[in-house]
Amino acid sequence: MDVSQYLEIFLDETKEHLQNLNTRILELESDPENADTINEIFRAAHSLKGMAGTMGYKRMQSLTHNMENVFSEVRNGTIKVLPDMIDVLFQCLDALEEYTNNIQSSADEGTNDNEPLIKRLTDILNGTGTDAGQAQPEKSEKKEEAPAKEEQQTSSEPNKWDAIKLDSSQRVVIQEAANQGKNVYGINVLVHESCILKAARAFLVFKAVEEVGEIIVSDPSAQDVEDEKFDRDFTLIVIADGPLEKVIKAAENVSEIEKVTGAPLKLDAQEGGSDEGAESKKPVSGAERTPSQTAAPAAASAAKTAAAAKPAENRKPAANKPVVNRTVRVDIEKLDALMNLVSELIIAKNSLVSASSQGQGNTADNSSFNEHIEYLASVTTNLHESVMKVRMVPIESVVNKFPRMIRDLSKKLNKKMELYMTGEETELDRTVVDEIGDPLMHLLRNSADHGLESAEVRAQRGKPEVGSIFLDAYQDGNNVVIEVRDDGNGIDVEAVRNKAIERGTVTPEQAANLSDKEVIDLLFLPSFSTAKEVTDVSGRGVGLDVVKSKIESLSGEVEVKSKLGEGSVWTIRLPLTLAIIQALMVVVGDEKYAISLGSIQTLEDIPLSEIKLVQNKEVINLRGTVIPLIRLNEVLDVPPRETENESLIVVIVKKGDKMAGLVIDELIGQQEIVIKSLGRYIKRCKFISGATILGDGEIALILDANALI
Amino acid sequence: MELSLNTAGNLPEEGVKRSSETIQYIVIRLGQEQYGIDIRNIDTIIRMQHITRVPKMPAYLKGVINLRGVVIPVMSMRLRMDLAEDEVTKSTRIIVVKLDQDDNVGFLVDEVKEVVTLNVDDIEKIPDGSKDGKASLINGVGKHNGELISLFDLNAVSLDD
Repeated sequence: MDVSQYLEIFLDETKEHLQNLNTRILELESDPENADTINEIFRAAHSLKGMAGTMGYKRMQSLTHNMENVFSEVRNGTIKVLPDMIDVLFQCLDALEEYTNNIQSSADEGTNDNEPLIKRLTDILNGTGTDAGQAQPEKSEKKEEAPAKEEQQTSSEPNKWDAIKLDSSQRVVIQEAANQGKNVYGINVLVHESCILKAARAFLVFKAVEEVGEIIVSDPSAQDVEDEKFDRDFTLIVIADGPLEKVIKAAENVSEIEKVTGAPLKLDAQEGGSDEGAESKKPVSGAERTPSQTAAPAAASAAKTAAAAKPAENRKPAANKPVVNRTVRVDIEKLDALMNLVSELIIAKNSLVSASSQGQGNTADNSSFNEHIEYLASVTTNLHESVMKVRMVPIESVVNKFPRMIRDLSKKLNKKMELYMTGEETELDRTVVDEIGDPLMHLLRNSADHGLESAEVRAQRGKPEVGSIFLDAYQDGNNVVIEVRDDGNGIDVEAVRNKAIERGTVTPEQAANLSDKEVIDLLFLPSFSTAKEVTDVSGRGVGLDVVKSKIESLSGEVEVKSKLGEGSVWTIRLPLTLAIIQALMVVVGDEKYAISLGSIQTLEDIPLSEIKLVQNKEVINLRGTVIPLIRLNEVLDVPPRETENESLIVVIVKKGDKMAGLVIDELIGQQEIVIKSLGRYIKRCKFISGATILGDGEIALILDANALI
Repeated sequence: MELSLNTAGNLPEEGVKRSSETIQYIVIRLGQEQYGIDIRNIDTIIRMQHITRVPKMPAYLKGVINLRGVVIPVMSMRLRMDLAEDEVTKSTRIIVVKLDQDDNVGFLVDEVKEVVTLNVDDIEKIPDGSKDGKASLINGVGKHNGELISLFDLNAVSLDD
């Protein structure tokens, strides 16, 4: 079967399941007895196995199968969850992730069989074989009841068929059948989770069972089952001549049926069970009587019991099932196309704007014209917002993997630490979310590895033994801020300063003049990144330049504040959206450029006489601050205009604490512009961040003020 | 204004059937020389329009244009072939080329002359070994009506070091 068309879905879902498993196993580690968690893990592992099998990834299937076996035993209570086992499980997840990555890159799972892991899993299984030695023979004795017992443990309630309330006529039928020497069985059929047409499968089961016996009662009712009004399983009471196995076999032969359990029905037990059920559920069943009626004689009671059983069944999954995001997977290309349309709409608006400013002479129809423009403007803005929202995803998908990472680091580094996260629901543009993972991971590692002190030092300083790392995300105006905080050692500024001198990054004189903040900024230099020994001295410096460049490529910025002995705060600030920005349009020479409004501080008219020379560079003194001037025509190789005015138009831009004045020739005004990529051929110009299409169809380049300063 | 060649529509059929025998080329003129571009690579041919210069780029990268809302870089074929700077005339065209994995690129040429169908036998491949300098942009020479047409290796032309 050609399954390649499902590959994408498979990958998506596998990742979801893996993430789920990671989270759940972490939970399990702190709360080994939690049955809900164990069930959830089992379910995830099981679906993973099924999916891998369907897609033909045998190795992946075999590994998940072994994991599932372990979970199954844990679920049955035959194995206890031990720290050792958690470690193995995590390694398995890593191995699965590797498979997934392989599949993603080459559609092939690779050749790693992960035999050592599988062996350790089987060891875990066998290890309990001896422990649970007494349980074993008992099990084999009551072979028939074993599945039933399992059912009991999973649902922690009596056999489902015992819970069915029978009315008197059914009771008579059953009694009669028993008297005639026929067998009465209770059967529970579990449909496979991935089954799409559950009702159809159920129907086939009904048919198959009816060939070997007679269905007396069905719970939920036959009608409900037909309407797919059941979760994953349904229970039947069957009268048959043959043995139980025959009935079970008939049901099992239907494909996509996961499990069929059954046992002879004891009417006494049934009675007790039904009474109990009836008593406790009476008020509910009365209210929830399903409107659909079946042709079966058992209609009323079946419907009642269905209603009675349902709340009991449903309550649990509702309580323990994680709130799964209701997502619609949209092909990003389709979104891009939509985005493109919006862009064109904005372009159309812009052309109207420029037409209106040109045709200002005809005042007659100008007011209605303006009205149209305003309407168009509001439409485009709304459309823009809604499209942007489609592109937004919560950062949850990225940060979810961090608790696991911190746990692993904690073990590896032998430091106790805890990660506290808030604001996982904060939304960012999909492209940003995809990219933000690595930098965040770097920062967290940094905090864990270098920020937090060893237990002894922490004790000396009177800090709690367990170090804390915080990851907070929140929206701040048009930005999203993500903070990584730790209560560790903080940055030793002097150590960094000395190291910088030692490495020749700065001269001792320069170093003496640097403020603490500037010294800390040195950490972001590439030269500081590779050096292992720096980490020993300063405690910082691994790959921070990578973090910085990544964040900046997303038009964001990263900052660090630190207090020696108390900890550090790394702040990442990212724009909410990337595609459309407010910009100031300017003219340099005879070329038009756009400057993002975000980086602009003020616009100034500076008389030529106020320009001073410092170290042969032009600067201005603006309200007490000395700001260097950048002549854009020189930077951009634009021939200067011949007429020199008495004053210059200067755009003051700011990047962090640094400011610069960009000298331009003319101002056009503020405009909402759509950022277009310049493509791969034109990437080298570092201070051009993109292009935009103007109202007249021409292209203006977008200046990256950050790169100019 | 635009001459769309709809390469996707008609060609593959024909291409599959007869690719072993003939290839269609668009013949362009640069100065006095004629060059051929495989028609399957061509997206659109448009008239000269305003090209926005991008600073700090090699001279042959003339800048970018707006083609139906997409920003496309434009290269001067003349400068790429070490010929004299372009002179924009009425016949100057921008050939927008679609390459396998990359974005579209526009090539500025003096004139688009015609579409020719070359027999594979009439194409003399230039072996890889002898490629150097600007010759490396040409991967074959075709004969058509007694004239020689140098055939561009588009990947070499657009891929630049």
